[in-house]
Amino acid sequence: MVNKSAHIITEDLNLWFGDNHVLKDVNIPVYDRNVTALIGPSGCGKSTLLRCFNRMNDLIPETRITGKVMLYEENIYSSRVDVTNVRTKVGMVFQKPNPFPKSIYKNVSYGLNVRGIARSRIEEIVEKSLHDAWLWEEVKDRLHESAFSLSGGQQQRLCIARALANDPEIILLDEPTSALDPQSTARIEELCLALKDQVTILIVTHNIAQAGRISDYTAFMYLGEMVEFGKTKQMFTVPKDKRTEAYLSGVFG
Amino acid sequence: MNNFKELSFKTVTYIASLFTIVVLLGIIFSIFLGGTPVFQYVSLTKFLSSPSWHPTHDPPDFGILSLIIGSLLVTAGALVISIPLGLGSAIYISEIASQRVREILKPIIELLAGIPSVVYGLFGMAFLSPFLIRIFKIPTGLNIFSASIILGLMVVPIISSLSEDALSSVPKSLREASLALGANKWETIIRIVVPAAKAGIISSIILGFGRAVGETMVVLMVAGGAAQIPSNIFQPVRPMPATIAAEMGETVIGSPHFYALYGIAIILFVITFISILITEFIVMRKKR
Repeated sequence: MVNKSAHIITEDLNLWFGDNHVLKDVNIPVYDRNVTALIGPSGCGKSTLLRCFNRMNDLIPETRITGKVMLYEENIYSSRVDVTNVRTKVGMVFQKPNPFPKSIYKNVSYGLNVRGIARSRIEEIVEKSLHDAWLWEEVKDRLHESAFSLSGGQQQRLCIARALANDPEIILLDEPTSALDPQSTARIEELCLALKDQVTILIVTHNIAQAGRISDYTAFMYLGEMVEFGKTKQMFTVPKDKRTEAYLSGVFG
Repeated sequence: MNNFKELSFKTVTYIASLFTIVVLLGIIFSIFLGGTPVFQYVSLTKFLSSPSWHPTHDPPDFGILSLIIGSLLVTAGALVISIPLGLGSAIYISEIASQRVREILKPIIELLAGIPSVVYGLFGMAFLSPFLIRIFKIPTGLNIFSASIILGLMVVPIISSLSEDALSSVPKSLREASLALGANKWETIIRIVVPAAKAGIISSIILGFGRAVGETMVVLMVAGGAAQIPSNIFQPVRPMPATIAAEMGETVIGSPHFYALYGIAIILFVITFISILITEFIVMRKKR
């Protein structure tokens, strides 16, 4: 089963918010150029785990983390690591579309400006990113209009384009379609499948069917523990753990 | 019975709100009634453009240009001081300070707003002015510079607390989006949070402007009181509110001088009214 190289591996990852033990000895590999889905009932820690991969949990006071998150050979929680560097390698798309109150163009160029990319290259990268997020045709004539003039689904694809502009190795998606209508959801799902040739995708979803449709690997979490990890097809047909089986068949969740 | 209660409550609150509007309209009406007769003695253009204010000479000169310039200079000076201090403290409280520091700092800055203006004025006269004389070797410490400092300190809490509200109401999701794209905290504040709070920050500055331009006691006590067009910031001036406050008690009701002071009040009212209109306009446009 494990014949591909793992892009990110966690080693005995534990996380506390104050006294609340949210992640317990989590070990999970995220394979290169695959879609991995994190599923589980609300409050199981799947979003928290996702936010460990780009150190977004650093922002929450009284967070304590032990264990390692290895991005290839490097533990991103090591003290020598530059966190902004991690975040350009590991992009993130949030639950609710959150474009900046700027133009469509400036939303995409933001990360490039911050990183000091040469002005001459920015235009080209913006266009490519919008192409890759399947948004170019819809916005090419109004790049300088406000991002808020886009529909919810378009805004979310803009957020994906914005993340892609940094040329990340991994993109983290935190329930990216939960605020969208079914059509926009379908489009984002197709986009994920298309993108996995160029970038590793880790997606949190509470929609089991969505995990089944787009992911190669699935991790089932329950009460902060990684209950089961495996190929999606295998897990969805023959789950090893009773809790996985119960969750997948809709007994709880 | 309940119905009666509700009706009477409604009536009382309605009358209360109506009352404030009637009073406001009454004040506006009386200023214009008291001020317009001055234009029998001097044309509006001359009133606004002549720098000589000699209301007790014979014949008197009613030109308020030097008073307007005095007001605008001390107000501009106040903003030069209060914008960086107010905005800086707002950014610190909203974005950088820990929860505990924020809980201490916020009320302290708001307390500054509660100090009576006469106390500010006294501070200016008793401490700042002698201090400036010693430092800069100038003949008087009551001038544009010192009035700007004191007025600026008074305006800091207005700009600080309103800007802080605007910054705090920028959604967390925007900060997260910026950080997730590899921006550091500083870049996020400057490029995302402050621009997103722009409307609120500008409103706070305009409100601070309105406060400074209309403030009377401080400019009366600290600005020096000379009706002249100054050639440098260490010269005394006589801002509009100080002129009204200083002269109104010594003029004959119904005299040209009396009308001229009311005329100054009209100009002052128009300036603050426009500044409030601009603020409302910005807030309204933001809501849509």
